[in-house]
Amino acid sequence: MLTVKNLHVAIDDNGNGKKILRGIDLNVKAGEVHAIMGPNASGKSTLVQVLAGREGYQVTAGSVRYLGQDLLAMTPEQRAREGVFLAFQYPVEIPGVSNALFLKTALNAMRKYHGLPDLDAMDFLSLVRKRMKHVGMDEALLSRAVNEGFSGGEKKRNEILQLSVLEPKLAILDETDSGLDIDALKLVADGVNDMRSPERAIVLVTHYQRLLDYTVPDIVHVLSQGRIIKSGGPELARELEQHGYGWVEAESTARQVA
Amino acid sequence: MNTQPKSWYNMELEHVPYALAGHNVPWVLAARQSAFARFAAHGFPTRHEEEWKYTDVSVIGRRTSLAPDNIPPDPSSEAKLLAWALASEDIHLMVFVNGHYAPGLSMVGDLPAGVRMTSLADMLDDAADLPESLFDQQHKHTIFAALNNAFATDGAVLNLAPRTVLKAPIYLLFIASGHGVAIYPRNIVVAGDGARATVIEHYMGTLDAHNFTNVVTQISLSAHAEIEHCKLLQEGPAATHIAGIHAEQAADSHFVSHIFSLGGRLARNDITAQLLGRGCHCTLNGLYLLDDRQHMDHHTRIDHLAAEGVSREHYRGILDGESRGIFNGKVVVHTGANKTDAHQANHNLLLSRQAEVDTKPQLEIFADDVKCTHGATVGQLDDNSLFYLRSRGIDAELARSVLIYGFANDIIGRVGVPDLRTRIEHLVLERLPQGDQIKELL
Repeated sequence: MLTVKNLHVAIDDNGNGKKILRGIDLNVKAGEVHAIMGPNASGKSTLVQVLAGREGYQVTAGSVRYLGQDLLAMTPEQRAREGVFLAFQYPVEIPGVSNALFLKTALNAMRKYHGLPDLDAMDFLSLVRKRMKHVGMDEALLSRAVNEGFSGGEKKRNEILQLSVLEPKLAILDETDSGLDIDALKLVADGVNDMRSPERAIVLVTHYQRLLDYTVPDIVHVLSQGRIIKSGGPELARELEQHGYGWVEAESTARQVA
Repeated sequence: MNTQPKSWYNMELEHVPYALAGHNVPWVLAARQSAFARFAAHGFPTRHEEEWKYTDVSVIGRRTSLAPDNIPPDPSSEAKLLAWALASEDIHLMVFVNGHYAPGLSMVGDLPAGVRMTSLADMLDDAADLPESLFDQQHKHTIFAALNNAFATDGAVLNLAPRTVLKAPIYLLFIASGHGVAIYPRNIVVAGDGARATVIEHYMGTLDAHNFTNVVTQISLSAHAEIEHCKLLQEGPAATHIAGIHAEQAADSHFVSHIFSLGGRLARNDITAQLLGRGCHCTLNGLYLLDDRQHMDHHTRIDHLAAEGVSREHYRGILDGESRGIFNGKVVVHTGANKTDAHQANHNLLLSRQAEVDTKPQLEIFADDVKCTHGATVGQLDDNSLFYLRSRGIDAELARSVLIYGFANDIIGRVGVPDLRTRIEHLVLERLPQGDQIKELL
């Protein structure tokens, strides 16, 4: 579904191109759940932003194919309509726009793109209510402005709600576990688990292993200094938790020297 | 004093009051003549005056006669349609065409006991019920108030007896019709002790005509009275609109003013509130949504003259094209107005490089133990928010409109009457690209 080849990305740092990603290779198939782990400043967020299409990053080499298309040539809204979803690490507050209007606008934009009629108000409401219940969100948050005054947990749950309403093919979750207490974490994990399906791929980007206790990935990648230095099964996440990132980084350096 | 002849001046103007309502009543005629004399001596303000620094009104009188039309013409069919549509709503409707009451288009309906809604012209001709001090207010406000006092043709006079509560809103629709017409409405609202009402003023121009409207609305609130006033400015794209809205509040009264400035080429609104009694609440809200070469100036002034007053002011501007917006908000806390709580905010969104806004909050405090804050910002649409919406499949143009709508909604959402809120929401959305789509989803 998603094939990243030798991806190099730089950002403009006061006129100097600062290299962030230095040759990422990643292959995600439908039905798989991948976890990308790494210490701070390893390039996790940059990878996620580039996949979602945020401006301000320069791809200096490499390619990203998504369902046979050149993902990097698409606008953020095209990517979304083709089924790419990013759950934000810091969900944005949008004053004056209700959560209901936001969700409805997004859902209908998708439906229109796929040649489907707009969902009428009743159908929309029953769909969203069902999903809200599922992710443990108070219905009152539907008429509140998007993320405005939401607690950290409510913001993250709102991301999962959007994920479940928009039903993407490729869901990328950027540090969705950060700042959550254990109950909220479980709800988020349940929400993600519900989305697992043979047609859908999920990429979990995280610093910690906690979320992976509840949402067990098929493949774990370790990102360090802009490269994937190790990939393995779910046991890799537990090893990282025990030994820290230094252990893999040291191993990787040793391999390069040898 | 400047003794050079004014460019707009002609001898006929002095004779206008003889043809207007109330000319047979000596004090009315005298009040008009003295107001005209004051206006003629001063002339239109120039940009050398601090209060008019950003707004050039020299265009007035050049393309428009200053004398009001004395015969109401037929309004456009669009205006008639709006009046008819409104007549079926649960409101008390008075329609004015070029500043003259049009009973045929109006639908006042049943008013509760103690509520009187009358045409000013009728009252001036009769003059028995109208106190001189209510009509002759020329010295209280800007020079345009003097001109209005001299030439006011008609308007609504609303009188609420103590403790009367008007559930349905009063809707005053002012239609500008024809070309180069000068229009002088004058509205007077007097609310007795504990009386409550909502008053809507809607100005609409349907033609690309160089009309000039100069309106004054005065609102007097007795103790515990509550008035919500909402003005919708939807003049035609070449029109000039100068307005004053002036409230006087007795103890414990509540005054809420909303203004939505959407249509018109050049507009200036002076909105003042005098908190004369203890414990008054005053809220002034406003939204200006400008494009092309529109120029709109909002001057507000709140005078806290008694203790324990609360004032809140929320103004927002959205400026595109080469438009120009001005917000000047003055709050004066006078000696003795202790424990005043005043907050003022003006936020502006610039959508084009050519648009410009001048914002000036002013706070003058002469009392003790007061809580006063103000803030003003000028910014652009947030890239982060745009990306968030786009990442959910919403195209860039619609995403911008959604964000602009959200910004405006902060002000629209403060309107108390649900139907009116929806009407304003639709008017704003009609101005935004793909706004019809958002409208359907609301």
